[in-house]
Amino acid sequence: MSRNRTVRIALAGQPNCGKSTLFNALTGANQRVANWPGVTVDKLSGWTRISDKKVEIIDLPGTYSLTSSSPEERVTRGYLLHDKPDLVVNVVDASNLRQGLSLTLQLLEMGLPLIVNLNMMDAAEKTGIKITISTLERLLQVPVIPSTMHRSQGKQELLHAIGDRLLEPPQQTPCKIDYGAMESYLQEMESRLAGHITGSVSLPLRWASVKLLEGDDQVRTQLRETVDNAAYLITFANELRYRYEEQHRYAPELHTSKSRHQQVGRIVQMATSRPVVKTALSEKIDRVVCNRVAGPLILLGIMYLLYYCSIVLGYKVTEYTWPLLAKLHHLAETVTPAPGFLHIPLIRGYALWLTDSVTALLNYLPVFFILFLLIALLEDSGYMPRMAFITDRLLHRFGLHGQSVLPMVLSGVYVGGCAVPGVMSCKGIPDEQSRMATILTLPLLNCQAKVPLYILLVNAYFTQHKGFAMFFISTISLLLVLPVAKLLTLTLLKNKETAPFVMEMPSYHLPTLRGVLGKAFERIWQYLRKITTIVAAVASIIFVLLQFPGLSTERQAHYAGEQQRLLDQYQKATAGTVYQQYGNSDTAIMPLVLYQDAYKKAKQGASGDTATAAVNARFQREQPLFYTLVQPGEAPDATRANRALRKLAHGRELLLVEMRQERLEGSLLGKAGKALEPLSQWAGFDWRVNVALLSSLAAKENSVATLGALYEQTGGEASLEDRISGQNTGFTPLHALTLMLFMVLYPPCIATSVAVKVQTGSYRWMLLSIGYPILLGFGVAALVFSVAQAAELTGLQAMYGFYALAFAITLATGLLKKNSKTIIEPQPEQNLATVCNEAGQ
Amino acid sequence: MTLDQIQPGNDCRIIDLFSRDKLGKRLLSMGFFPGLELRVVRNAPLNDPMEIEIGTSFLSLRRHEARYIEVEPA
Repeated sequence: MSRNRTVRIALAGQPNCGKSTLFNALTGANQRVANWPGVTVDKLSGWTRISDKKVEIIDLPGTYSLTSSSPEERVTRGYLLHDKPDLVVNVVDASNLRQGLSLTLQLLEMGLPLIVNLNMMDAAEKTGIKITISTLERLLQVPVIPSTMHRSQGKQELLHAIGDRLLEPPQQTPCKIDYGAMESYLQEMESRLAGHITGSVSLPLRWASVKLLEGDDQVRTQLRETVDNAAYLITFANELRYRYEEQHRYAPELHTSKSRHQQVGRIVQMATSRPVVKTALSEKIDRVVCNRVAGPLILLGIMYLLYYCSIVLGYKVTEYTWPLLAKLHHLAETVTPAPGFLHIPLIRGYALWLTDSVTALLNYLPVFFILFLLIALLEDSGYMPRMAFITDRLLHRFGLHGQSVLPMVLSGVYVGGCAVPGVMSCKGIPDEQSRMATILTLPLLNCQAKVPLYILLVNAYFTQHKGFAMFFISTISLLLVLPVAKLLTLTLLKNKETAPFVMEMPSYHLPTLRGVLGKAFERIWQYLRKITTIVAAVASIIFVLLQFPGLSTERQAHYAGEQQRLLDQYQKATAGTVYQQYGNSDTAIMPLVLYQDAYKKAKQGASGDTATAAVNARFQREQPLFYTLVQPGEAPDATRANRALRKLAHGRELLLVEMRQERLEGSLLGKAGKALEPLSQWAGFDWRVNVALLSSLAAKENSVATLGALYEQTGGEASLEDRISGQNTGFTPLHALTLMLFMVLYPPCIATSVAVKVQTGSYRWMLLSIGYPILLGFGVAALVFSVAQAAELTGLQAMYGFYALAFAITLATGLLKKNSKTIIEPQPEQNLATVCNEAGQ
Repeated sequence: MTLDQIQPGNDCRIIDLFSRDKLGKRLLSMGFFPGLELRVVRNAPLNDPMEIEIGTSFLSLRRHEARYIEVEPA
């Protein structure tokens, strides 16, 4: 091994064997996550130093076997075969030797340099199993290092063994699997391969022979790509396969699997003392957790706790963290140019918009952190597979998967969730079709950002029936998600790969603080990095769309005239006082306006007499003259000027609001909203609603803020509820209902879209996840609006009607049979004739 | 008879696996093979999927998947 090349060590093992714990223990913070090319499987790599050498550690996906039937297996196998790591550390769960050693034998068959790390020794001891390490080493003919990695026991020994193994290659020949009756077939195959494969193609021959006889497709593909006589070799393999089956009435792959397991059985019997027969603790727990009655109840309880701790308590935490973020807003206010009388510098507007957009998301950090912490806790404890076990029957009916529950809860099955962690937690769903269906439907659930609009509309239009309206809105999304998921699986996702459900129910583990915290921090960091940058970019675009082209010169002149009128009024009212000179120009008056504004805010922020006194003292010290104006006391001049200034400030506010509305109306987004009005009126949306909905594309929190800006009223003391429900807007409860329905089906926010892109690995699916909710949402809104108008239904009646309809559709789609031909039809054996044809071409 | 017909609490032995595609491969890699003895542990609250015990590990599979495993009572 040359000195300057980085040594590469791959960690291989079955799921739940403690491989990640070892990976973390070895690499610490020196980790990096990427994707394996072409698949959405995480590629974890990191580095460490062993015996003064820099060593790269690759954490391969957990697999039970090395066939090529799942993306994880293909990735693992491809890496081991083509990238040739210098050493493979095979992590085996000591409490589940029988499963683990089966993979070990397959790794050895591939001729890989191997060390076995027998992990979770403590769990094995608890179940009463005694493993004789030396016997195991003798039988396998590779080093076996016991450890309990989550307690950092055995790490040094393992590092030593790795160091030794890297220095000198081993002398012993590792153990081979005895395939019994198939051995002669294998030898025939191997000698053919040896005769046709040149030195340049590196393929472990015995391993390749076994795979060829097992009917493995990938080895066949590999042969076709690298060997000249591939067609001949493959034909020969198929013939052997056929002959074996003919003679032994047994599929070769059943035989190889049986031989492997029998050999494992022999090894386990010789290397372990018979375990005391007792029910494992996990099984005792499962008697309750998976119980017919208690199981679902416990599940609901856990889901509720998850929701309560992260969403409810998390929001309580944000009440404490928000002031910190508000300081950012304040900072942006102080560092950017001060506002003029009517002219707000563009850079100031932009900086404030950007800070507000980003802080709106940063505000969710405590929620996410608690969420990620609890998910890591659930993951590490081993409860997740139980959750899937309990719910699979129900969700599978709708094309989803038992493992879709957690993503759904996170995204807000009831009210308040977030699709970003929801989509990110879909990674674990093994069935591609169900995973896609889950990812694509999660944004329809009620994320936290949709709630303010619901509350606004319910309070404004369904005051009499708040209870039902809230129930409607919190359950309708599920009634839409299920049928949509089913329809997607029957149509667009029809050809996506499905996977067998078969899964291990691992033993429960007590999660470690370090493991859970590590995972939570890792994920929150990923979220931060990915989301904030993109939200900043999109917020900038929307800012431009809301600002430009801006006011025309005539309108600007009009407002300049208004400004002069206000200044004149002020001067007239303060004539003869020291304060009059400030009315000379807009630049002269601004310090006074800003001072008054700052004083007002400071006093609002101060609670208690001492604090107020301190504010007063500070303002008096800073600007004694201005202070006499804002706190005139008995002085007649000052009182007069105070009144004049307040009138001026109020007039300025009104002008600013008017200008903002005018600018918004004339902006690109405003024009778009107006252009869409002929279409959107079918759903009852006027241009104002359109603008609000368009500006929500970046983040749905914008909906209420934009509506607020659009319905901002001159002299606005009234709440937004009153303003939009006022007579002049023409908005009815029916309009509110369609708007709410559209919001339920609103396309995912930018952050979620990014997560969708990451999880589906393609922009096309991301675009679909944005596109179909718009169409569906508009369709539903338009349908409800037109039917209700034609039938002269009230908003409430339409609400009842739509709920019944959605319920019926959910039931109907649940009963639709899914065509599961992918599992039923056995693949026909490729017969010799077709293979020969193939060879002839 | 097939695995889905075995009631919880009963042992059985695998005679054959009918599936040769993904499901078959998956079953083989999870440690199913002819001759193996297993025990049906429980059914899920909605009766599907089912949980079984082989050797020292517990696995769960859907009923329609269990139909591809031919067994005899042991």
